This record gives sequence, C-alpha cells and structure tokens, in this order.
Amino acid sequence: MEVKDALIQYCLRLGDDAMIMGHRLSELCSNGPILEEDIAMTNISLDLFGQTRIIYTYAAELEGKGRSEDDLAYLRPEHEFQCALLTEQPNGHFGNTMARQMIFSVFYYHLFKELSKSPDESLAAFAAKSLKETTYHMRHACEWVVRLGDGTEESKWKIQDALNDIWSYHHELFEKDEVDEKLIDMGIITDTATIADDFYASVNEVIERATLGTPAGGWKATGGRSGRHSEYLGHILSVFQSLPRAYPDAKW
Amino acid sequence: MDDDKRLEAFQAKIDREEKIEPRDWMPEDYRKHLIRQISQHAHSEVVGMQPEGNYITRAPSLRAKVVLLAKIQDEAGHGLYLYSAAETLGITRDELLEQLHGGKAKYSSIFNYPTLNWADIGAVGWLVDGAAIVNQVSLQRTSYGPYSRGMVRICKEESFHQRQGYEIMADMAKGTPEQKAMAQDALNRLWWPSLMMFGPHDADSPRSGNALKWKIKRETNDELRQKFIDKTVQQAEVIGLTIPDPDLKWNEETGHYDSGEINWEEFYNVVKGNGPCNNQRLTHHKRAHDEGAWVREAANAYAKKQLEKSKVA
Repeated sequence: MEVKDALIQYCLRLGDDAMIMGHRLSELCSNGPILEEDIAMTNISLDLFGQTRIIYTYAAELEGKGRSEDDLAYLRPEHEFQCALLTEQPNGHFGNTMARQMIFSVFYYHLFKELSKSPDESLAAFAAKSLKETTYHMRHACEWVVRLGDGTEESKWKIQDALNDIWSYHHELFEKDEVDEKLIDMGIITDTATIADDFYASVNEVIERATLGTPAGGWKATGGRSGRHSEYLGHILSVFQSLPRAYPDAKW
Repeated sequence: MDDDKRLEAFQAKIDREEKIEPRDWMPEDYRKHLIRQISQHAHSEVVGMQPEGNYITRAPSLRAKVVLLAKIQDEAGHGLYLYSAAETLGITRDELLEQLHGGKAKYSSIFNYPTLNWADIGAVGWLVDGAAIVNQVSLQRTSYGPYSRGMVRICKEESFHQRQGYEIMADMAKGTPEQKAMAQDALNRLWWPSLMMFGPHDADSPRSGNALKWKIKRETNDELRQKFIDKTVQQAEVIGLTIPDPDLKWNEETGHYDSGEINWEEFYNVVKGNGPCNNQRLTHHKRAHDEGAWVREAANAYAKKQLEKSKVA
C-alpha cells in the first residue's frame, strides 16, 4: 500500500467517525432534557461536522480525482464508509448518548493529542483544531456520566447499563490494519496502543468519580473499518443522502 | 406613594423614553403583559426548533447542514435569553414551561405549519425570520430594559438568518425545474401564515391599547405587516418567485403595496389549536421534557450532594 493511499483511507476514517457521530447528535435537536443540553448537543454536532468538512476536503485533495467534501459525504455507498460501529449506535436515552460520547471523546482526545504532532502538516493542524473542541466535548460527557452515576438511584442504573452496553464498541477504536501499520511505519500517525493506557485511565477516573462499576468484557464489536457495519448505518445514510441522491443534477 | 401617583411617575418615565428595569415599580398589568409577550416569544424560539430541526438530518450539503445547525443553536440561545428576561419579572422557567404545556401560554402560530421540502428551510429564514425581524427591530425600543437589550442582540443574529434563508431560496429558484417548483411551493404555503405572524388587524387587537401607551409595542400590527410586505415583495421578484396573492399591487398614492385579505378564519383556527401541527409540536415538547425528567432530577441530586460535601469539608 502506498503511503498516500493509506493516508487517504485514514483521513476518510476520521471523517466518517466525525460525520456519523455528528449525525447521531444532530438527531437530538429539540429533544434535550433541558434547553441548555439541546444547545450543547447541537454544538458538539456542529463541531463534528466542521471536522468532517476539513478532513474530507483534505482526503479529496490527496486523492486528486476532483471529488468534493459533499461527494464523499453524500455519494458513497454504505460499504465505502469506514466509521467505527460505536458512532452508528442509536441515541437511546440521555445516559446512552453520554456514555457513547464519553468513549468517543476520550479516545479522540488522546488520539488528537498525538496526531497534532504528526509531520503531516495538514493532519497535525486538523488534529490541533479538533483537540480544542474535543477537550470540551470530553469534559461535557464525563461530567454528565459523573452526575448521572452519583445522582439518583434511577440515574445510576441507567448510566451503568448504558456504559455496559456501549463498552463492547470501544475496542474497535484501537484496531489496526494495513492502513494504520503503513502510517505508523512512516511515522505519520501514532500507534493507538500507545494511547490505550491513557484512555483507560481517563475512563476509569470518571467511572470512579461517578461511583460506577467497571463495565465487563464480553463481545467486541468490529467491522466498521472494513466497511462491514451495523444495520443502523444504512438507515442513517438513506436519510442523510436522500436529497442529493433524489436530485442528482441539483446544486444546493 | 399611592398607586395613582406611582402610575403617573411610571408613565412619565416611559414618556421620557427611559427604560423600566426589573426593580422599578410597574403596574401589575404591565408585568403580566410583558410576561405573556416575552414568554410567547421565548416559546416560539424553542418550538421553532422543531420544524427547522425536521431537515437537519436531510440537509443537502455539509455546508447547509452546518449553517442550519448553527441557526437552530442561535434560536435555542434566544429562547434561553428570553426565558431569563421573563424571569426578571418574577416567574420561573418551570412555571413558563408549565404554562406552555397546559396550553395557557402560546407560541407563534407559524410553527404549527409543517416544513415539507428543503426550500421550506429557506422560506422559514427568509419569511418567518424576516417577519420576526420587522417586529423585533421595533421592539428594540420597547420600554422594558431587559427585553429591549435582548432584542438588540437577537436582531443581529436574526438578520443573518434571514439572509441565509434568502440565499437558499435564491439558489433553489435558479436551480433545476424541480428545485424552482419546491421554492415556489414553499412560498405558496408559508406566505400567508407569515403575514398572520403580525396578529389581527389593529381594529381587532384588544390588547394593543395599553401596550402602545406603555411602549411595550412601538408600532401596530398593521403597520408592521405593511413594512414586511413592502420589503419582501421585491425580494421575491428579484429571484423570480411569485407571491401567492392576486390582489397584490403597488399603490402609487400610498407608496405601499396593497394586498389581499388574510384568511382570518384560518388564523383563529390555528391559534385555537387546530393547525396542522399544533398537537404534534406540543406533544413533542412535552415528550422531550418528560423523558428528561430523570436527568434533571439526577443533576439536582448530584448538585445537592456536592453542596453537602462542601459544607462538611
């Protein structure tokens, strides 16, 4: 695999994660438990779509086939998306949303810290910008996990269940294939193994403050990076891509 | 000081164009009128998130999605800002929400119409925010300080929204035949409800008397509506869309557009709760609120525990 091809794939994965996570959060508009949270979730969604645009634009540039950010977002079929299954999972209740967000944001916080040191200037700049946003997303989600964990009896079992359910989906974020190996070899990205300790330390600290139990092992979700998704992604894309698909000649 | 003297001083202050502030004495009716008006405004911002949110997941480009998300976020922010302004009059946000859910407090009827194609998102910005701005520009001079200051800030953002909405309409109007048809369809459906946003004719507007005297309102419903019509007709012409009013024509003598009569039966019907989406909007808001009850309780319980811990420490 050429370095350039690996980098294109890697950027698409970053973009796909951000886009599908952003989409899930955008579904929550006008559904928050309080208005302030409605604003917070829309805001995180907005940041993630901002990240999507930057990294898709870079991927398209590297590719050099004249595709745009919108071509990548709207005209790729399901199996060409490489997002982690975590991002596709439904919002559920507020606890499910926050547990999912915590895992996503804690992982990306540590990853972006590393990527911001990449010798690839565009990737580093993207990571540095995203790191600022992700730091806020992470704090927001972690504080909610703590509040729910150490809140009422009901909120405690709800967030504990949510955490147990979503835990199966965190492993995939650390997976590596030839795309990652190539870029690690070339020193362009950091091996996710090096951030694993930090990830678990951050999550465990939150779990402890939240007076919750560590989620158990069990099944490990996988497949997103090779285009094998959960059933949810097809539904997400059928909505997301509906207008450009229905009116291919239209400019919006 | 007896109430008559107080009232006299109050009116004199208003006549001098000085703002009334939360701690100032004010007649009970002034307070009530403001609570009703500001809360109605706040609820409108919040309920308005639903018809616009209806297209977030289907926005046809990433740029359009980001713009729409940011806009809805602004609206939610306006809602927060206005709830706070209402709270300065001695009512809580919980009470305001109860009034909304109980049907006692209203929100703008325009949000009881559905958004049915992407051009509706343009039309909401162009027409609905456009109509709101006409009203809000006028309200920047309203006599109650917190409301007036809120309006200054809100107007700045709303004029962005209006331009963004118009941009969507313009793009669609010059797009494919299907897009142009969507744009015209959106205008056809939302034009009259936008005119209704200004409320009944002056002659049929029972509360305007005091509101004008106390300078809560600075211009009448019909004056504001006319301003909106005058500025919007040309904008439609520029992008090649037709306002769905056969009686619309320029009147040289008055220097304004004459227009057809609004369907007041429809207006009162929607106000009474029988519009296409009244039930949907309110049920949605209640559902989200009810589903979030355990989250709010948890947050309160957590805050209480933290407070107790800090007392011990």
